[in-house]
Amino acid sequence: MSELHRSPAAARSAPAVAPPPVKPSGTSDLVGVRLPAWAPIAAATAGAVVAFGLKLLLGWTGWYTWFFTAAVLFVLALTSWSFAVEGRRRAKDRFASTLIYASFVAAIVPLVLILGYIAVKGFPVLSANFFLRSMNGVTSRQDGGGLYHALIGTLQIVGIAAVIALPVGIFTAIYLVEYGRGTFAKAVTFFVDVMTGVPSIVAGLFVYTFLLLGFGMRPFGAAGAIALAILMVPVSVRASEEMLKLVPRDLREASYALGVPKWRTIIKVVLPTAMSGLITSALLAIARVAGETAPLILLTGYTASINFDPFSGDQATLPMMVWDQLGKRSGTTSNAFTEGRAWGAALVLVLLVLFLNIGARLLAKLAQPKTR
Amino acid sequence: MANPTDGTATEDDPMTDDQFEVAALGVPGALPVGPRDPDGEDRRDRPGPRSPGGRPEAGITGRSVRLGDRVFKGLAAGSGGLLLVVMAAIAGFLIWKAIPAFTNNTGNLFTTQTWNPQGDPPVFGMAAVFFGTVVAAFIAMIVGVPIAIGIALFISHYASRRLATSLGAVVDLLAAVPSLVFGMWGLYFLIPQTQGFQKWLSDYFGWIPIFDNATATTVGQFGKSLLIAGLVLAIMIIPIVSAVCREVFLQVPRDTIDAAWALGATKWEMIRTAVLPFGRPGMISAAMLGLGRALGETIAVALVLNSGFRINWHLTEPGGDTFASTIALKFGEAGGSPTAIAALIAAGLFLFVITLVVNSIARIVIARRKEFTA
Repeated sequence: MSELHRSPAAARSAPAVAPPPVKPSGTSDLVGVRLPAWAPIAAATAGAVVAFGLKLLLGWTGWYTWFFTAAVLFVLALTSWSFAVEGRRRAKDRFASTLIYASFVAAIVPLVLILGYIAVKGFPVLSANFFLRSMNGVTSRQDGGGLYHALIGTLQIVGIAAVIALPVGIFTAIYLVEYGRGTFAKAVTFFVDVMTGVPSIVAGLFVYTFLLLGFGMRPFGAAGAIALAILMVPVSVRASEEMLKLVPRDLREASYALGVPKWRTIIKVVLPTAMSGLITSALLAIARVAGETAPLILLTGYTASINFDPFSGDQATLPMMVWDQLGKRSGTTSNAFTEGRAWGAALVLVLLVLFLNIGARLLAKLAQPKTR
Repeated sequence: MANPTDGTATEDDPMTDDQFEVAALGVPGALPVGPRDPDGEDRRDRPGPRSPGGRPEAGITGRSVRLGDRVFKGLAAGSGGLLLVVMAAIAGFLIWKAIPAFTNNTGNLFTTQTWNPQGDPPVFGMAAVFFGTVVAAFIAMIVGVPIAIGIALFISHYASRRLATSLGAVVDLLAAVPSLVFGMWGLYFLIPQTQGFQKWLSDYFGWIPIFDNATATTVGQFGKSLLIAGLVLAIMIIPIVSAVCREVFLQVPRDTIDAAWALGATKWEMIRTAVLPFGRPGMISAAMLGLGRALGETIAVALVLNSGFRINWHLTEPGGDTFASTIALKFGEAGGSPTAIAALIAAGLFLFVITLVVNSIARIVIARRKEFTA
């Protein structure tokens, strides 16, 4: 057929050649008949209406049932409509696309629900007192108290973990990027990857057997920091490695050409160039472990009072405070007061972690033109 | 000053001796990767400015440079070595401290379902714990991996470039939420909201044994089941699985995709014939990474499950245990009993070995694919 070079007039004059035009909305003869652009909306509306009818008819109580029925009906309607009009291949395409869009919604919905739920539960608890008081002397049957002691503990323990883990992580990344070749480097790369998958409770158990059982120590804050450091190192290595790889090779070569030794090149050229990226990776690594609970259950103990010394005595942290207020630490039951405090502490923890995360990403975005 | 460090030249690491070379070697990808002898002659046959004596820079920079380089390299390599030491130490200490669990136990470590290490005699076994761990992780995989692959496809091939970046960041945010929060949400929101769904499953699909709940009659008796633990885990593994899949899907060669388009493929046909076959190893290893995470997750599972210590195929019935949740929940009452502590350490050892194997397989699959595409 000569559709490619025919004029509009020729098209009008030769209707017998073209396939029967079902939908006039911009379809050319080169492509098959397509559903109109509003087809998904129509199918969704139809699905919702039919599901609502079923809900009234069968007396369903929940809106979830309605939603899922509507979703299934929508997929069925759109696919079969497409099958009837567009054929098998297009119908398959629409079906797969719908599932892919749906899977995305399926991930966003829990995120929104989780963040929304914790905000709704946690915000009413927050007050100046909640930030400035400890739980000392507050029983589970009382209102009041706060997370000051736990905030101190979390900041100290995560800080110590960062001091231990970040140098190790960054130096390992430098080794892998600047020096690493051969079997040893391969082994390090492999075990960094495997270490990323070490469950947090196993890291906690290791420090427990090593420090507390091995040396007969009582639980203390810094022991938790060591476990967090073990979890933090592989994250830090991975992220720092990516950042160091972004440093252009020309910069290194220019430095070598000036006779600067390798180690000074790394310190004076590579690290400053990658600095914002390294800070980003450090923040992400800190955020990754700040919310860890499992190792702290074994290592730091819990106290309701303020302990500024991470090297002796039980120390509270935000996750442990939540764990305690939910009654999980002592095996008691929780009530409205303790649950309120748990939600408040959890909200502060989430805000802390999200703040670190978003800060890190913003920093990475702002600094991007420099590294490129 | 012909060659002051000639004596050390052979034992000296290649990094410090030829800086022209090093300039290129320092940048991954600058030189062809592959099996190469680090000290070997492959450097020698490469063209480049190089004085016959070997070290063009030796006369200029002198000895102090070598010291600085050696110290710095030592620090860097030492940090890497420290990681290997830590991994070995984890295995060593867990095995060592778990020994009392193997010697004092009167039950069979692999087939006993009860957990009573404080008793006299101590009786405990990993059977129920292993069952719970595997089943919860399996549910998480069935639910989570397809959704994660869908998200990865959406971000890599459906969304516009701008949208994709921000959507990727949103999915990564999901990874940043502490597991404690997932657990609390599961306990206070998801369980009450899904009781009706579980009852519906049990009522209408109870003829399939895994959905049957023979013990509960009212909605309120449904709740803290392995099914829900699996659903919470599914949400938790989505970010890592979709992140790895996304990376792989973005690497699909443009030519392959264009070839599919040129043959008149629909979008789905393009994905099925070009993207998915290319990404299969990546998807497998991503799923394995997700599995590793699901197996080791502690707090979220500990919050949404009640201990039962028995193998129960009725997944909508309350109760269930995983290695990690058992350690977290039983640690408090293990108290002064060395056997009880050792039993928990043995559980940790099992978990460590399982996750190590799963993660190693995942990484090996990824590494092999890299060699093919590099």
